[in-house]
Amino acid sequence: MRTALWVMSVMAANLGTSASAPAEAAEKQTLQIEGSTTVGPIADAFAEAFKTKPPGLAITVKKTGSGDGAAALVDERCDIATMSRFMKDKEYTKAVEKGFLPVAHAVAMDGVCVVVHPSNPVKGLTTEQARKIYMGEIKNWKDVGGPDAPIVPISRDTSSGTYETFHGLVMKKQKMADGIEYVNSNPQMHARVSTTKGAIGYVGLGFVDEKVKALEIDRIAPTKRTIAKGTYPIARPLFFFTRNYPDLGSIIHEFCTFHLTEEGQEIVEAKGFVPVTDY
Amino acid sequence: MTQAVTGRDIEPGRQASGFDRPLLLTPGQDLAGFILNRVGRGALFMTAASSIVAVLLILAFVVREALPFFAPGETVAAASHAVHRLGELLGSTCWYPEAEGAAAEFGGLSLIAGSLYVTVLALVVAVPTGLMTALCLSDVLPFAARQIIKPVVELLAAIPSVAYGFFAVLMLAPWLQQHLGLPTGTNALNAGLILGLMAIPTIVSVSEDALTAVGRELREASYALGATRAETLLRVVMPAAHSGVIAAVILGMMRAIGETMVVWMASGNAAQIPSPWWDLGQSIRTMTATVAGEMGEVPKGSTHYHALFAVGLLLLAFTFLLNFVTEALLRRVRHGKGVV
Repeated sequence: MRTALWVMSVMAANLGTSASAPAEAAEKQTLQIEGSTTVGPIADAFAEAFKTKPPGLAITVKKTGSGDGAAALVDERCDIATMSRFMKDKEYTKAVEKGFLPVAHAVAMDGVCVVVHPSNPVKGLTTEQARKIYMGEIKNWKDVGGPDAPIVPISRDTSSGTYETFHGLVMKKQKMADGIEYVNSNPQMHARVSTTKGAIGYVGLGFVDEKVKALEIDRIAPTKRTIAKGTYPIARPLFFFTRNYPDLGSIIHEFCTFHLTEEGQEIVEAKGFVPVTDY
Repeated sequence: MTQAVTGRDIEPGRQASGFDRPLLLTPGQDLAGFILNRVGRGALFMTAASSIVAVLLILAFVVREALPFFAPGETVAAASHAVHRLGELLGSTCWYPEAEGAAAEFGGLSLIAGSLYVTVLALVVAVPTGLMTALCLSDVLPFAARQIIKPVVELLAAIPSVAYGFFAVLMLAPWLQQHLGLPTGTNALNAGLILGLMAIPTIVSVSEDALTAVGRELREASYALGATRAETLLRVVMPAAHSGVIAAVILGMMRAIGETMVVWMASGNAAQIPSPWWDLGQSIRTMTATVAGEMGEVPKGSTHYHALFAVGLLLLAFTFLLNFVTEALLRRVRHGKGVV
């Protein structure tokens, strides 16, 4: 009983000292972030890096979806919306009606590499061919310049951000064939493609190594350079959206420009995305 | 008290405990005993009922979340809509729930077929193997060997299903591709084999208990009538233990149909019915894998969300149906035995 009291009093004292410092400077700062599940990990990692910066800053990151993020930003329920696509005109108009202009900060590039077994002689595909393979119209490698072997197309599960990118940019939002296999992670995709001769799959750039072969798409090989420049076709920018351009020096401004720092670049790379800077 | 009644302790000159207590309880003691009795009974009843309550609550929750799939609005057209949705779920093989608006398709037939494929395959693998292992353990091997082998077999049940899944993807799938010449290694066969392996310990453990419970008398009587060991096992011991054996098979089946992680990793998850139907080298997708794989990111309250619960409800209905069918079969077997 006595020890418990002692522990409690010590804890109270600690709380008092840590809480009093920012309370004197200003009221407690909060940063609400909401939106895409793809961009969420970047925001999470940024928030982790910001934890130590201004004392008493509380950052919450919700991962619900790009659309939810946009709606929350317009309704002023969050300060930064993370989005894997640009705002739709409807969302933008709503924001303008409310009296502010949404500003996009492209924090990273998301590139998806189409990979095959290393023994596969096919060097590249066009986006059209890739789409037809996943729609079940092209079923044999000989139709795209390869050996006479059935194609085994493998997709990521429909709830992943990688699927979303592929589905949007390659499939043009059309339905994949029923015979497509689904795996639930990048490592598993890597394992399946590296052990299956006829397989074709897609992974983030960070998962390409010598055990799988990344194909050229529309004659452009996926590299950090081509993805960052936007010439590689299966790549998209990932955004932070704010209401107007954030006040210079504010915490929102610092957060939305963090990807331009060296530390931010490292975080983006560590999360498997392509940074926009090159230190 | 109990010592006193056994008689052993009633010896002259010895003070047996409890004998000096008054025969009548005081009202307080009486009440305390009564309350304790009631509380104890209540507590035991609550414990026993909690699993039933849990089942009912889960059922209610699944039904509540699945209903909006069939009846999104409370309109007059709702009935026809519900019939339409149910027809689509049970009759169509087009599963494309993540599409926007009217393009979405909710045909669950290929998922139902997928679940049936892996379950039947798992039983084909696990029932003969499991029963033979059980027979071997109970009647063939010496007692000492049984003491070692049974725990080892039961250890199979302790391996987490993710580990089985990794085994399926990294070892079995490439093996199937290399040795059977299949284009893809994650398919119905792979999932069925792994699920069968997972069901074996359940079947072995339960049916071995049932076989051992058949007394020595029956076996010796059978031998005395001149039956061989095989005849004794198949004609006497097995029929005598049939209810336990059937229970073992049901448990194994439940394990196979409800398993999620392994099928999600091993079956390939292609929402299709293999054609021709016997081509087990094709990928399939089960109901459990669909729910597990798509639940993560589905917006709460969307049609897709409710569709997944409808699939879950369907799965529940299947398990209940299977349970009832096997129960009925069991009753018929028992009845038949009574007549003969």
